[in-house]
Amino acid sequence: MERMFEWGGGVWGGVGLAALQVLAFMVVLLISLAFLLLMDRKVWAAVQLRKGPNVVGPFGLLQSFADFFKFVFKEIVIPAGANKTVFILAPILTLTLAFVGWAVVPVAPGWVIADLNVGVLYLFAISSLGVYGIIMGGWASNSKYPFLGALRSAAQMVSYEVSIGFVIITVLLLVGSMNLTDIVDSQAGGIWNWHAFLLRPDRILLFPVMFTMFVIFFISALAETNRPPFDLPEAESELVAGYQVEYSSTPYLLFMIGEYLNIVMMCAMLTILFFGGWHSPIPIPVGDMPDWLVSLGSFLMFAVKVIFFFFLFAMVKAIVPRYRYDQLMRLGWKIFLPTSLVAVILVSGYRVFTHQFGI
Amino acid sequence: MLLIAFYILSSVVVLSALFVIAARNPVHSVLWLICAFFTSAGLLVLIGAEFLAMLLVVVYVGAVAVLFLFVVMMLDVDFVELKQGFLSYLPAGALLGLALLAEIAVVAVAASSRAPSGTFDPKPGAATNAEALSKVIYTDNLLLFQLAGVVLLVAMIGAIVLTLRSRPHVRRQSAAQQTTRRRKDAVELIDVKPGQGL
Repeated sequence: MERMFEWGGGVWGGVGLAALQVLAFMVVLLISLAFLLLMDRKVWAAVQLRKGPNVVGPFGLLQSFADFFKFVFKEIVIPAGANKTVFILAPILTLTLAFVGWAVVPVAPGWVIADLNVGVLYLFAISSLGVYGIIMGGWASNSKYPFLGALRSAAQMVSYEVSIGFVIITVLLLVGSMNLTDIVDSQAGGIWNWHAFLLRPDRILLFPVMFTMFVIFFISALAETNRPPFDLPEAESELVAGYQVEYSSTPYLLFMIGEYLNIVMMCAMLTILFFGGWHSPIPIPVGDMPDWLVSLGSFLMFAVKVIFFFFLFAMVKAIVPRYRYDQLMRLGWKIFLPTSLVAVILVSGYRVFTHQFGI
Repeated sequence: MLLIAFYILSSVVVLSALFVIAARNPVHSVLWLICAFFTSAGLLVLIGAEFLAMLLVVVYVGAVAVLFLFVVMMLDVDFVELKQGFLSYLPAGALLGLALLAEIAVVAVAASSRAPSGTFDPKPGAATNAEALSKVIYTDNLLLFQLAGVVLLVAMIGAIVLTLRSRPHVRRQSAAQQTTRRRKDAVELIDVKPGQGL
């Protein structure tokens, strides 16, 4: 119990402090999201030899804020045949779940709102709930395209969760803990300790396995967040905009923020599970630097990695054509699932073997 | 604090369980059911069983209930027809409800007669949840655990066998065949002389 609610001293004082922390974290997250959104569009534009948004503010830096006001000031249209409560609840649920997941993400040593012992499972659980926002939105719209989009999305997210789960298990087997901070710290000391590039002498045999797992996790993360090339739930050539067809104004904005928060969350998970979290590729001697400087440096390292993955997500969106639905299912069930299952067996076998012989 | 949280969470569980049967729309029922599942995960966290709580969310809320919702959403529900059988099903339903109530009462009486054995510690020896659980599952109860796995495997194979149908005249995409296909297998370049045709 104590370990789960460690923040703060007295009960109500602790609650107040935690609320302040959460609020600050949310604000930082939302503001960085605004610029990440702009980055997404800029990268996309650069690939297509366009300039992208460049009117609002210097280099279009304030574009996301302009969009925000535009969304908020529009009229909320709710279709007459819609199930009103569920229709409004769906985007709120999406946004809430997207925020709730961030509670366990450690962004620097000790910089985490709730340092859960089951952090990875918590993240997995929350991301598996994300599908409800989409299903509810699609069903409550009471219209064909949203419903089809919601069904597609449900099947897709449930399928790719399975392989994501197995990939996470391989990492857990290597670390021996489900605490995200432990997972990050087990990758300290240089790029050869990161799970994506496991070149440490005693684990070099696992390098091909873990690198494959890293790639599988990246692709599954694309599918899990409905990003291109797996954006079938909102494939505009087939379903107009999928489950978002009937949404406008603020509810749509909530959906979009939730979606992008999930994407950034997946980038953070990639960083934590495979790219060593806040640890730098080459160990930097800390010496007698003050604590806050070390923390800040760690945070910047974490942020750089997350932005790198977000860049990859944006590039994939720009250059990869959309999958067909049966190809998507084939990839998930017939390729990723067996591969990750074999990887779990290999990694656990390796762990047992090395443990047995004390290598 | 713990007690307040417990009462809030458990009243939410009871209320949403009530709404599961009271809701007119089956989709709303499933949504309330999900709410009940999720809140009971919160109750598990309160007693310190966070591993079980997360498993409950992942398995029941994240997978099972999604499929429930999936199926119920696709039903074409006729509310009038749904209400019609109410009276004829009432005796059977009441009987079932009474049986369940009696069972709960028996359990409650039996549990209250047993003296409470101090505080309940889900994490003996300060091991983490998962560690404590796996120490029991993989040692003392290994056979039962493996048997449960076999039962699940059989159920899975059964489901596949029931739904598998081979349709002979369907053309399927074979990715391996597609990627190994070369130009000479598909296209032939013929130099057609004018006025001769092929």
